[in-house]
Amino acid sequence: MAENIVKNFGSFKALNKVSLEVPKGSIFGLLGPNGAGKTTFIRIINQITMPDEGQVYFDGKPLAPNDVHFIGYLPEERGLYKRMKIGEQALYLAQLKGLSKQDAKMKLKFWFEKFEITPWWNKKVEELSKGMAQKLQFIITVLHEPKLLIFDEPFSGFDPINANLIKDEIINLKNQGASIIFSTHRMESVEELCEYIALIHKANKVLDGKLIDIKKQYKTNTFEVGLSTADKSALKMELKERFDVSPASFKSLDDDLKLNIRLAKDHTSSDLIKYLNSKSSITHYKEVIPSVNDIFIQTVNRNS
Amino acid sequence: MNKLKLIIQREFLAKVRNRTFIVMTFLSPILMIGMIALVALLTKSSIEKTSTVAFVDDSGLFHGDDFGKDKSIVFEDLTEIGLEKAKIIVKESSHEGLLYIPSKQDLDEIAYNIQFFSEESPSMITISTLESLLDKKLENEKMKQLGIDLVKLEKSKVNIDIRMSNFSGIKSSKLINGIKIGIGMGAGYLIMMFIIIYGAMVMRSVIEEKTSRIIEVIISSVKPFQLMLGKIFGTALAGLTQFVVWGLLMALIFIGSSYFFGVDLNNSGVGMQQMGAEQMNQLAQNETQLLFDELMNLPLISTFVFFILYFLLGYLLYSSLYAAIGAAVDNETDTQQFMLPIMLPLMLGVYIGFATVINDPHGTIATVFSMIPFTSPIVMLMRIPFGVPWWQILISLTLLLLTFLGIVWIAAKVYRVGILMYGKKISYKELMKWVRY
Repeated sequence: MAENIVKNFGSFKALNKVSLEVPKGSIFGLLGPNGAGKTTFIRIINQITMPDEGQVYFDGKPLAPNDVHFIGYLPEERGLYKRMKIGEQALYLAQLKGLSKQDAKMKLKFWFEKFEITPWWNKKVEELSKGMAQKLQFIITVLHEPKLLIFDEPFSGFDPINANLIKDEIINLKNQGASIIFSTHRMESVEELCEYIALIHKANKVLDGKLIDIKKQYKTNTFEVGLSTADKSALKMELKERFDVSPASFKSLDDDLKLNIRLAKDHTSSDLIKYLNSKSSITHYKEVIPSVNDIFIQTVNRNS
Repeated sequence: MNKLKLIIQREFLAKVRNRTFIVMTFLSPILMIGMIALVALLTKSSIEKTSTVAFVDDSGLFHGDDFGKDKSIVFEDLTEIGLEKAKIIVKESSHEGLLYIPSKQDLDEIAYNIQFFSEESPSMITISTLESLLDKKLENEKMKQLGIDLVKLEKSKVNIDIRMSNFSGIKSSKLINGIKIGIGMGAGYLIMMFIIIYGAMVMRSVIEEKTSRIIEVIISSVKPFQLMLGKIFGTALAGLTQFVVWGLLMALIFIGSSYFFGVDLNNSGVGMQQMGAEQMNQLAQNETQLLFDELMNLPLISTFVFFILYFLLGYLLYSSLYAAIGAAVDNETDTQQFMLPIMLPLMLGVYIGFATVINDPHGTIATVFSMIPFTSPIVMLMRIPFGVPWWQILISLTLLLLTFLGIVWIAAKVYRVGILMYGKKISYKELMKWVRY
């Protein structure tokens, strides 16, 4: 949990009294445009930088230097010692995180086998392919079984198969009890993985909370419908008079009338279904749930 | 503490396992000694090369045996052929040249009109040998003319050999100074080379971590200061290892080759060339004994201790600067602007050492520069074989220590900020800002 973090770099205000709480054992999405202050925030949690004002709490207690052993960090800019052998390097980094050598070796073997890179133990990093190096870096991040994991753009550079592998691992880790902060621009991954999100824009926190709740907030009570009817334009005109109607585009096999119908607050979905049924036959009916992408864009635009 | 050890270990191994490092460690001494031997051999052979000089003596003053004494020049008497024909002959032949002594009334006029003809410029040695030969001969002739008895003149010559000793009666020999200078120079030069080579290694290591971005991961586990120190110590250890290996190898090769080549260590005496053979033996006997005593008396142990101290502090001081520079830039080319300011004090120290310490080890310039922290490791070390009062050493060391602490503090701040900063143009103003963060 971070309270009222303020960080300035000279005259540039990077974080303006940002407060966030990451619930234990959850996956928390940290979003924001480039330069908003996300990386600065992450660095403060990792004790790479110190805040000018404010306090960070870890597991209820103020953040202490020793806590680096319980935090794992996968930075956006990846890199390892190119000319060092990967087995040795992973051991070194794990020991820096507080693991004993034997412990680290055991865990490393386990992960290497899981990701199928065991035969590369004695190779140098520069001999690996990019995807393998990324996998290696992921392993290094999670090896010491940290309580808090911070992933900055974890999927960048992975092909779809490996990206899936990583995604499954992240879910696994969460299920094993880790708390995960996840910073990315890939909104689909946020949709899939995050329970909570926060959005930082121009050094301020502008959005925070459970994803579902936020979506409900941004819900516009719009429904995407596909209607099969003889006279499309007539039906369209009629609907237009009663509701806020706009064209929709979704993929279907029929050549139906596709519309987005926005209801007023007091109208319910069942009412709409009944009405539409009376006028035509419904082939497609779906509530438009705001995507994180839309929420992001709306929020940023609103706060600019 | 544990982490510091880990870092030092990794840095050390990374340097020592490098192929270039291993090659350089084992190859350098061999190369260096090889070069020295080669140069010695070549010099020797060129010194022993003789050249032939033809001469035409119209003055009638010079006889055959006047020209027989010098070993490096063989003389051919062409007086009977006459100057013009001699010129033609010598031009075509392999003689170094033709010496012409004209016939004149006055000895001075003869001296003034002696000529040397040669196709190419003659060597300085030949000309100076000829000059001293002719000089001596003409001088003797002049003295005859003036009526000076040569035998009496010879007897009047005195041979002065001043014996030196300090106030407590401990004698010192001439040669010991040469050795003292040698040790001092060697130590000072060694420190400078070590600082430059290994300091640069530290810098490159920092830059590598920045460009490969591994730094982002590492500083989420350790404090920047630990990393910086670990790097400096690890590199230092690697350097020391290399030095030790060099020392051993050199000693082995030196001992080995002096059996093989029969390198005559006695022949390289300074200033021995002017004396006659007899005198040289006499001198050698006295001096060698003195020399030996004195070598034993040299404050070798304390010199060694001070060497280590100054070496350590000097290296730590400079390598933290190198680390800070590495952190401030994005790639190696950008380091150029900082290289000169760092090397200047070092080079200054060495130059001052060569220039003033030889002549005036306790003079103002030498003393002052053995106190200034950036030059003191080198200059003070050059002074120590000559004996420096303990209070001076104390002041110098204290200053060095304090400056070192200050510099490390500043360097650590620059390092801490710099390792995460990319793309910014680095000026001294910028660096000052970082120190204030």
